[in-house]
Amino acid sequence: MRGGYGDDSGCPILHVDMDAFYASVAIRDRPELRGRPVIVGGGHRGVVLSASYEARVHGVRSAMPSMRARRLCPQAVVIPPDFRLFTTVSAAVMETFRAVTPLVEAMSLDEAFLDVSGARRRLGSPAQVAEHLRTRIADEQAISCSVGVAATTALAKLASRRAKPDGLLVVPRERATAFLHPLAVDELWGVGDKTAEQLRRLGLQTIGDLAHTPLSLLRRALGPLTADHLYDLAWGGGRTTVTPRRHVDEPDKSMGADETFSRDTDDPEVIRRELLRLSRRVTGRMRTAGVVGRTVTLRVRFADFTTITRARTLAEPTDVAVEIYAAACDLFSRLGLQRARLRLVGVRVEGLTAATDSYRQLTLDARPSGWRDAERAADQAASRFGDSAVVPAVLLRTRRP
Amino acid sequence: MKFRVDRDALAESVAWAARSLPSRPSVPVLAGLLLDVSSTGEAAAEQSELRLSGFDYETSARATLPAEVIAEGTALVSGRLLADICRSLPAHQVEITLDGQRVSLVCGSARFTLQTMPVEDYPALPGMPEQAGSVASDAFAHSVAQAVAAAGRDDMLPLLTGVRVEVDGTRISMMATDRFRASMVELEWSPERSDVDRQALVPARVLNDTAKSLTSGARVGVALADPGAAEGLIGFQGEVGGGTRRTTTRLLDGEFPRVRQLFASEPTTQVWVETAALVESLRRVSLVAERNTPVRLGFEADRVLLEAGSGDEAQASESLSVHLTGEPLSIGFNPGYLLDGLAVVDAPWCHLAFTQATRPVSIAGAPEEGSDPDLSFRYLLMPLRLQG
Repeated sequence: MRGGYGDDSGCPILHVDMDAFYASVAIRDRPELRGRPVIVGGGHRGVVLSASYEARVHGVRSAMPSMRARRLCPQAVVIPPDFRLFTTVSAAVMETFRAVTPLVEAMSLDEAFLDVSGARRRLGSPAQVAEHLRTRIADEQAISCSVGVAATTALAKLASRRAKPDGLLVVPRERATAFLHPLAVDELWGVGDKTAEQLRRLGLQTIGDLAHTPLSLLRRALGPLTADHLYDLAWGGGRTTVTPRRHVDEPDKSMGADETFSRDTDDPEVIRRELLRLSRRVTGRMRTAGVVGRTVTLRVRFADFTTITRARTLAEPTDVAVEIYAAACDLFSRLGLQRARLRLVGVRVEGLTAATDSYRQLTLDARPSGWRDAERAADQAASRFGDSAVVPAVLLRTRRP
Repeated sequence: MKFRVDRDALAESVAWAARSLPSRPSVPVLAGLLLDVSSTGEAAAEQSELRLSGFDYETSARATLPAEVIAEGTALVSGRLLADICRSLPAHQVEITLDGQRVSLVCGSARFTLQTMPVEDYPALPGMPEQAGSVASDAFAHSVAQAVAAAGRDDMLPLLTGVRVEVDGTRISMMATDRFRASMVELEWSPERSDVDRQALVPARVLNDTAKSLTSGARVGVALADPGAAEGLIGFQGEVGGGTRRTTTRLLDGEFPRVRQLFASEPTTQVWVETAALVESLRRVSLVAERNTPVRLGFEADRVLLEAGSGDEAQASESLSVHLTGEPLSIGFNPGYLLDGLAVVDAPWCHLAFTQATRPVSIAGAPEEGSDPDLSFRYLLMPLRLQG
């Protein structure tokens, strides 16, 4: 085992990250693919969702356009994603976590933070718990995962990345800065392309460089909030608590869905139809989670990959697809696009609150059973007969883009 | 062009005509006010007058006032600037002269020079349609203010930013709705022909501004274009001092919701409460109501308990005595919408009629406790409910 155990006292936070999750799950059920480069992604137009380590050797990465991945690794086997299967495996993995501790914070289908301080007497030290989890998941699901063990969530996440694939890394409390400082600044959690660029312009290459820059200078360059946050992280600070949540979507403040068209399109009909499909997908998830939201965001990516977003706040929160769709269409028509070719559209609802404590202004024209009830009835039909049980007529004869 | 006018009459007329000028005009000339002292066929030669015109392609305003005309002519100047100047002039007669490309304005020892805009670029104002009848100006302004209380303000739904005006014999009805509430007022008027039967959808903001601005004369003339006319137009005309004020505005298009039939239902609970007391209590209690949360009203035999806020946030409650017939009832409303309606009831008591907590309340004024409501103005408001 690489990394070995260090002193894991005072390191109750685990970050568990499945190794090449979608690819591993896909390969697991198709042994003939073992040892071969495998890419899971949405056909020739989408992006790579996951790539096996054999494909990664060729430079294939998640979120890379599929075309590019194929050029890098023409021999790779491309598998369409099966989200139903991924969701099932993910739920089983999360259950395994919760058997160890109730403090499980799902970050996505394939990663979670755990606080295992309460499991010491039952299962041992954090590193022992981590090994226990790795073994159980390998046994039960036949996939591997990597675990970072540290005092903070940010450190644990960095550690799990360093441990990949199929590894475990403990960052002992007193070794936190020694571990952090040689790493590149863009490894810090929350440092994206833009911040990394700003830091590079300041001549800061490593986290150590950042840690030894006067805070006042950072505040001027990055703004006080970002600067304080990054400075804190660079010295091993950050969140030490885990907020339990079962699904990524559960307590989130927003929910959204995107779709990349099978071919770039400038046909408003096609685009509106996709907006309806996405609005239905998002509101279906909102109704399942029991939340309503007020702000609708439309995301549009053009053929040249420039991306814009536009938002509109409704008079009151809703979980009704028809209302979200109307707002999304309105935002779309206000863009005033003149035959611009689109690659992707996305619909997101923000400012989510629990449906049970939000009010709705009734209208004079709506019959007492309106769209809301109709969509709830469709949800019930879908839960018994499948997603396509009740579908708006405009979505009937169209194939997925 | 050269003329002399009374300072106060000028200031008042300019302010009136300039009030509807667009602040960001689509064409620069639309920011202008047209000054016209040329003799026209309709104006008698010895009765000389100044005509002031403003227009934004939707709404036109024309004011006339007596003037001593020395040389006929027309000029187009910035309306906003002219209004600002006239408001500040000293108390002397005003002399206005067109001198080449400039207009000079002299009042006492104050002297202003204004740039002009090309008169030939200014659009022709729409003609005043034929007068359909007239109405007392105060009653009209009062009724219009009641009607527009429920009009929509969302430009995304232009249809609902209008007031539907229905003229039937000696009665005018005005209705508005923004889907959450609806208003309906009725008043008497004097039609030119007793069999008149016409409908129009008038932009609520223009209607309210116009009705308010024509209260200094006794009556307001209402002019409606023929139903067959190419473009729907409504005109209003009033007398002020020695001059006249005319406004025309373009009608909105579309099928307006049938507001009248919404008021039909039979109430199961009726409540009389003192209007001023209810308004004051609502204002206080709603201070703690967060956006999109209701003021809850619990009606019992002789009291109403008003509550707002939640356990997690600030809370308020207050009770008032009421006169109730029928079933006790609990119901929640957007406090702003409720106050909009109560503010224009204009009666010592208000009468609230309910059917269920998911159905609208119908609000009207009443002269005294327990008396029949005065149905010349009714305001209907849908409740605010938990999503559940």
